[in-house]
Amino acid sequence: MLRVFWCVLLRDLTLALRRRTDVLTTLFFFIIVVSLFPLGVGTERQILQILGPGVVWVAALLASMLALERLFAADYEDGTLEQMVLTAQPLSLLVLAKITAHWLLTGLPLVLIAPLVGMQYHLSDDAILIMMVALLLGTPVLSLIGAIGAALTLGLRGGGILLSLLILPLYIPVLVYGAGAVTASGIDMADTRPYLALLGAFLVAALTFAPLASSAALKISIE
Amino acid sequence: MLEVTQLECRRGDRMLFSGLDFAVAGGTLLHVRGANGSGKTTLLRSLCGLFTPDSGEIRWNGESTRRLGEDYRRDLLYFGHLNGIKADLTGIENLRVAATLDGDRVDDSRIWAALARIGLVGFEDLPTRMLSQGQKKRVALARLILSTAPLWVLDEPFTALDVGAVDLLETLIAEHVAHGGIVVLTTHQEVGLTSGQVERLHLGS
Repeated sequence: MLRVFWCVLLRDLTLALRRRTDVLTTLFFFIIVVSLFPLGVGTERQILQILGPGVVWVAALLASMLALERLFAADYEDGTLEQMVLTAQPLSLLVLAKITAHWLLTGLPLVLIAPLVGMQYHLSDDAILIMMVALLLGTPVLSLIGAIGAALTLGLRGGGILLSLLILPLYIPVLVYGAGAVTASGIDMADTRPYLALLGAFLVAALTFAPLASSAALKISIE
Repeated sequence: MLEVTQLECRRGDRMLFSGLDFAVAGGTLLHVRGANGSGKTTLLRSLCGLFTPDSGEIRWNGESTRRLGEDYRRDLLYFGHLNGIKADLTGIENLRVAATLDGDRVDDSRIWAALARIGLVGFEDLPTRMLSQGQKKRVALARLILSTAPLWVLDEPFTALDVGAVDLLETLIAEHVAHGGIVVLTTHQEVGLTSGQVERLHLGS
């Protein structure tokens, strides 16, 4: 089981390394969107501190959307997805490996770049730390939920837009609690742990159900 | 033993075939024929479980393939219109992934041997997108050499292949059938078998 998981994970990482532009696009999209706001609203310290958490999370949602379309599409077009469905391995395991690779390539870079982004918004060190933890818990949820949408819209014309309409509303809880955690860290006496605990709960729930739901959706899309 | 009873498939409103019955025993080649659009690919995809037939049942060794699930898929090798290889991976990497997913522990020497037999030595380090159509198809066909599955479902395996590759594929099919395997294939050309049984199924009127 683990061998198969590793095999698919390594395969997707190798493929991404041979097409680096796909990964870099997501990261630069995130950086650019986040950097546009200080340019638009001015460099007033207080305004930026209020805007910061929300902007970073919205940009993370959009960046994660951007790469989702390709999650299954490439494998669908060259027939490797068909072969995966037909192997004797549980499809949800293979899907989980693909989602993990997707997160490592699009979610993890956002977590790592977060301190740089936080500085643009004059966030305190504490707030940046909380933001990194929140992103670390939240971005995998985005990849997991997004995978369901990507599987459902596979092979549809105009699937990209439909995907955003389907998935963005489902991202709202992550956005609310992710940005909430960072905002709360700026208030004295406020506790960020409930926010992070909720994000962790979302992650566990998504890890349990998203691979099953995505593999069921893939089987329908492939017909 | 692959059995099909009262199989009916539709595409939208169009009836492709209905009331289809046949059984294929070990050591047999089933050659599915029919005009374009008569439902050959749909039949093959239904046999694999990639398409849900509107009614009817497909049984493998007496058990419904739906119920067998993973146990059935372990016994099955499907070769469709799409090659199912990644353009950015080399031939070796593609075959290694395919073998691992099939649950076989295949060491590299066997993959090398398969590539040698399929005539791709010297191209193994190139990403498959650098290869010609026929060579890509050969990489995909190397899976047949590595496979241990008793049931092969091949959809138009001969297209884009040169004379040498066609001969090789015919040999592979003949060997598989001689070892008691089952091959279900669609093609517009005649397949010569030196041993084993050939059955024909004609779709459409």
